Amino acid sequence: MHHPETWMQVTPEGLFCVPGGFHVDPARPVARAVITHGHSDHARPDHHRVLATPETLAIMRARMGEGRAGRVQQALAPGETVNHNGVTIRLVPAGHVLGSAQVVLEWKGSRVVVSGDYKRRPDPTCLPFEPVPCDAFVTEATFALPVFRHPPAAAEIARLLESVRLFPDRAHLVGVYALGKCQRVIRLLREAGWDRPIYLHGALVALSALYEQLGMPLGELRPVPVPEKRGGGGLLAGEIVLAPSGAEATPWVRRLAEPVVCAASGWMRVRQRAKAKGVELPLIISDHADWPELLQTAAEVQAPEIWVTHGREDALCHALAARGVRGRALHLLGRGEEDEGPEAELPGALQPQPAEAEAQRAGQPVERPDTQAQPRAGGANRQAAPE
Amino acid sequence: MSLPAFAALLERLVFTPGRNAKLALLRHWFATQPDPDRGVGLAALTGELALTTAKPALVRDLVAARTDPVLLALSHDYVGDFAETVALIWPEREGVNAPPPGLAEVVEAMEVTPKSELPALIAGWLDTLDANGRFALIKLVTGGLRVGVSARLAKTALAEWAGQEVNAIEEVWHGLEMPYRSLFAWLEGHGPRPDPKDAPVFRPLMLAHPLEEADIATLDPAAWRAEWKWDGIRVQLSATPGGRKLWSRGAEDISTSFPEIIEAMDFRAVLDGELLVMRGSAEGKIVAPFAELQQRLNRKLVTAKMMAQYPAAVRLYDILFDGEEDLRALPFDARRARLEAWFARLRPQRMDISELIPFQAMSELAEIRAGAREAAIEGLMIKRADSPYVAGRAKGLWWKWKRAPLTVDAVLMYAQRGHGKRSSYYSDYTFGLWRDDGAGGQELVPIGKAYSGYTDEELLWLDRWIRNNTTQRFGPVREVAKALVLEVEFDAAQRSTRHKSGVALRFPRIARIRRDKPAEEADRLETLERMIVGVEQN
Repeated sequence: MHHPETWMQVTPEGLFCVPGGFHVDPARPVARAVITHGHSDHARPDHHRVLATPETLAIMRARMGEGRAGRVQQALAPGETVNHNGVTIRLVPAGHVLGSAQVVLEWKGSRVVVSGDYKRRPDPTCLPFEPVPCDAFVTEATFALPVFRHPPAAAEIARLLESVRLFPDRAHLVGVYALGKCQRVIRLLREAGWDRPIYLHGALVALSALYEQLGMPLGELRPVPVPEKRGGGGLLAGEIVLAPSGAEATPWVRRLAEPVVCAASGWMRVRQRAKAKGVELPLIISDHADWPELLQTAAEVQAPEIWVTHGREDALCHALAARGVRGRALHLLGRGEEDEGPEAELPGALQPQPAEAEAQRAGQPVERPDTQAQPRAGGANRQAAPE
Repeated sequence: MSLPAFAALLERLVFTPGRNAKLALLRHWFATQPDPDRGVGLAALTGELALTTAKPALVRDLVAARTDPVLLALSHDYVGDFAETVALIWPEREGVNAPPPGLAEVVEAMEVTPKSELPALIAGWLDTLDANGRFALIKLVTGGLRVGVSARLAKTALAEWAGQEVNAIEEVWHGLEMPYRSLFAWLEGHGPRPDPKDAPVFRPLMLAHPLEEADIATLDPAAWRAEWKWDGIRVQLSATPGGRKLWSRGAEDISTSFPEIIEAMDFRAVLDGELLVMRGSAEGKIVAPFAELQQRLNRKLVTAKMMAQYPAAVRLYDILFDGEEDLRALPFDARRARLEAWFARLRPQRMDISELIPFQAMSELAEIRAGAREAAIEGLMIKRADSPYVAGRAKGLWWKWKRAPLTVDAVLMYAQRGHGKRSSYYSDYTFGLWRDDGAGGQELVPIGKAYSGYTDEELLWLDRWIRNNTTQRFGPVREVAKALVLEVEFDAAQRSTRHKSGVALRFPRIARIRRDKPAEEADRLETLERMIVGVEQN
């Protein structure tokens, strides 16, 4: 058997399958890319050929525009396999966002699973993660510290609804990521019985519409209205409004009735993080595996070695070593820039995606939050370290 | 109420910036939680909860025995706060089905449990709680519960919830004890108003507005009385058959720091006065500067030497109760006559009466004020002759007219480490004043920075306070909880376009630390803005 390191290598573009001649989630344009899911730190524009689930391809087209989402797109449904240069490729649900998949690669009896980002909790907007035994498992480590144990999402939604009842004269503004978190929060609200219209910031409209097209009903969604007179406010008291994280620091927010600023993110577990962002109601809802899920997954895939792409690899590798598993930090560049990576808060993360830009041209109001006004919250964890 | 409900309240209060929202959260909580836990929670919120506490080392040992040291260190490094790290990392035990403890249960058990059994007790509770509950419990049992809610705010919420005046609660408050069953019964309408009977309760003080230059001409000298504003600590002396108390203006019981005053309160009355360090005979008394009085503050143990070195006395301003008779509705002149008669009758030790300053015209008063050079004189108090004694800051009844230099009571916002031999101290202070935030709330706006004026002891104290109250760090700068008032002295206030506040201070320095003053009562930016127009000419 060939050791996984002999045929899966780290290149400046990212993970490269040598015999197959393709990359997985490359950070730069390449000839052949297999993409795990549609977040922008995994799905980059301008590859020549792209292989992904039909949902991920649709998301890429919506976000990047037809022209940049891979010149040749090849859809592979979960469970199906293709063979390329002797390498078997299979996509298996990862439970992260709609369309997210682990890439299962086999070559000459050796199997590597590149999981992309994943979680093990139930998520009404995507298929659940399936563990695949392998020789090397490539994992994220976004929340790889034992302090991260996400509470049940339903309990967090219940806290939000309780707050809505307690403050009927205020709007509740929930900061979410446009892809995945937004739609999951909507579905969780629907499951909790919230059947009022949910109001969306313009930057969230297009992807939510796409989810509905892909068969994920979200109930009545409305754009946040524009105040009748310029500078007017006091809108949407008692309602729930979703917006990209950071919108609460922009003039856009002034139209809302004394908003309770909420944020739905795994980072909200740490007080310093929530404080630094000025969040009034932190909601710990994450699309990433927490510490017990990471260790559970490592055990279930039975891989003798686990490669860590990004996050807190030192803690994860330490814990794996104690379990007789070799952990290896890949130090992939450019990861964690969307979704729950701390870098998501840096300027630029809120640039409208092409799909949103199209919506704007179509006459829908799209707000572009002033990202310069945001505090640089990234690295708040380090500030809190003892002297 | 279980501890998790209290933890959830604390969690929301900590993240909620707005006063109205905090009040709403508190009202909801009083309305929904049962006795006795809500009373225990109220005690915790108002700082009345005197809990036997465990050492932080106990918690450290408990978590160390349950976690991998490398992962604990990495987690602590990431999270920053150790109590929070423990709360988050505490391993959940399979098969624990005991309900989480009630708040009252925790408080009671902490009192009766022998020290050797505390670790097992606390570990058992931690096993039943979620992360928020564990955090609240750790803070509670180690005595580090900082809620970010003033006692006054908690009482205000209680009053709003019950449709009562907050001062009505204040008047019975200090006759009550945790868990306040009689108070809740009264507020919920199924019990009589608690009768403090003979308890020496706190009566809310009457406060003054700062007098502006422009207001002076409007005052009719015949209708006003003037006295010195002494630079000490405003106190209330409450002596009844039920006991004797010395209250600060914020309703803090400071009796134990000043036993000689308590001893001298051999009467039945409620009096308003200024606590000062005073030396000399009855004829030639000299009031010491405030710094000397500070030596006496916040001491648990008062030695005979301290009392001899810094002898405390009270200069009386007003009388609220003579015996059982409530005098507060009387006009100032009548109360003053009663105070003088009472004083002549009893001649209590360690007290005298603040003298009235005779004057014919307001311009004369301005000269008197400018001529005052005694360090312990802060300025003048101008009181309407017919003013009743009313709680709080009623407009147009009492004025305070501080003398130059200009001062404001500002709130400490940021601190920066100094240079040279001060490089390990947070010695540079940025402070701010309140203003409307344009959204119905209040915000602090920084007005200046000072790095002098304090004593070495004050620097040490400030440095420690800052380290214990840091909310954020930016390199060498720390942002602190907006909870400490500094009296800032300066020579002039000037317009400035380079400052967010629009005002620049000339030679600001820290005049003193106002530990007695709640941050909400610090000055407003408008007060400073008016000083720009009325700059003192010396």
